[in-house]
Amino acid sequence: MATGDVKLLGAGASPYVNRVQIALNIKSENYEFLEEKLGSKSELLLKSNPIHKKIPVLIHDDKPICESLVIVQYIDDVWTSGPSILPSDPYDRAIARFWAAYVDDKWYPLMKELWMAEGEEARAAAIEKIGEGLVVLEEAFVKCSKGKAFFGGDSIGFLDIAFGSFLGWLKVTEKMGEMQLLSEAKTPNLVEWAERFCCDDAVKDVFPKTEKLIEIFKIMQARAKAPPSN
Amino acid sequence: MAHEVVLSDTRMSMFGMRVRIALAEKGIEYEYKEEDLANKSPLLLKMNPVYKKIPVLIHNGKPICESLIIVQYIDEVWKDKVPLLPSDPYQRSQARFWADYVDKKIYDGGNRILLTKGEEQEAAKKDFIECLKVLEGALGDKTYFGGDKLGFVDIALIPFYSWFYAYETCGNFSIEAECPKLISWAKRCMEKESVSKSLAHPHKVNDYILQLKKKYGVE
Repeated sequence: MATGDVKLLGAGASPYVNRVQIALNIKSENYEFLEEKLGSKSELLLKSNPIHKKIPVLIHDDKPICESLVIVQYIDDVWTSGPSILPSDPYDRAIARFWAAYVDDKWYPLMKELWMAEGEEARAAAIEKIGEGLVVLEEAFVKCSKGKAFFGGDSIGFLDIAFGSFLGWLKVTEKMGEMQLLSEAKTPNLVEWAERFCCDDAVKDVFPKTEKLIEIFKIMQARAKAPPSN
Repeated sequence: MAHEVVLSDTRMSMFGMRVRIALAEKGIEYEYKEEDLANKSPLLLKMNPVYKKIPVLIHNGKPICESLIIVQYIDEVWKDKVPLLPSDPYQRSQARFWADYVDKKIYDGGNRILLTKGEEQEAAKKDFIECLKVLEGALGDKTYFGGDKLGFVDIALIPFYSWFYAYETCGNFSIEAECPKLISWAKRCMEKESVSKSLAHPHKVNDYILQLKKKYGVE
């Protein structure tokens, strides 16, 4: 069993960081959380992730690992005595990776489009696309879960983590926009899955409260819209 | 039996080349189906309904999509021969990180060179060379990114070598002049049959791009 010094460089509000926290929780692995301040990058971050300069960075026995899904797979590879995060069957693994990439490359960018959208038309278009993406993920859930509670089966797996990590921000978006993105009508399985996911022992203490995320969202929005300083 | 493994692909695609190299490294027989991207086959649309893109590997009737996901699948299924990813978890994480870097930077970077002109193109060339230099740093003194043997990152990157001539011709610059170490690495890879047979000829790639540009009215 792997032991050693585990540090996580990150910020609680980042869904990418949350992925790593959930994975470490699944493995019951203790770690030191080094909080990066919003809007600045520490020396340690710049040294550990010189290529992308982004959180999360896992530092295991002084060796840095970057990119959230690379880190999650690393955690699964190292801590083999805990529950598995990736499926054991190669085909199921490929499907989990495929949908995780879909979430990252196709679906989440739509959320960012919505946040940046100016005007009713742009907002409505973004909301529609997000909804369509969620219907695709609903179908994926039915296929992957095979009637069980999670994408990964009886317990949380790779795809649950990849997609579930965005649920905090999804709730914020719904609350601030006074609308439903995840709906009983169109995505009933995902609605139930989301509840189960957020209540899971590995997840329940990870997301900051919605009110806190709303505060952070407002700060980030103000920064994004502020005129650039000379 | 060859028909158990089918690859839906196009000869010029650097993503398809990755899969061809992996299959060749493992000595896997397969049926190759060339797609016409202007007229996508019912098979492709059925096997990749989400993206409708090649490559798609169809193994015993089940589709796997996205080139690096396919390469990992091949490595995991045919695990007793020629491992493509390292066995050490840390080394594996580094291989995944660098393959992801290639995916994030090289395709779009190269496309920017092909599709822009003037100042924009100069900036695109500069950025592209910078990314290649970062990769040279990651390679270091190793024979391959995978160490002594061709590995995941080599497979992720080497197909772009067949597109370098097109980038250079379009951008009027020499990649070798800026990144000699990387070109040496590329030539070493090309000495392997699994690579040389999988990559399209650079001049054919260039002709293909010129044809596409003409077809879509891009200068």
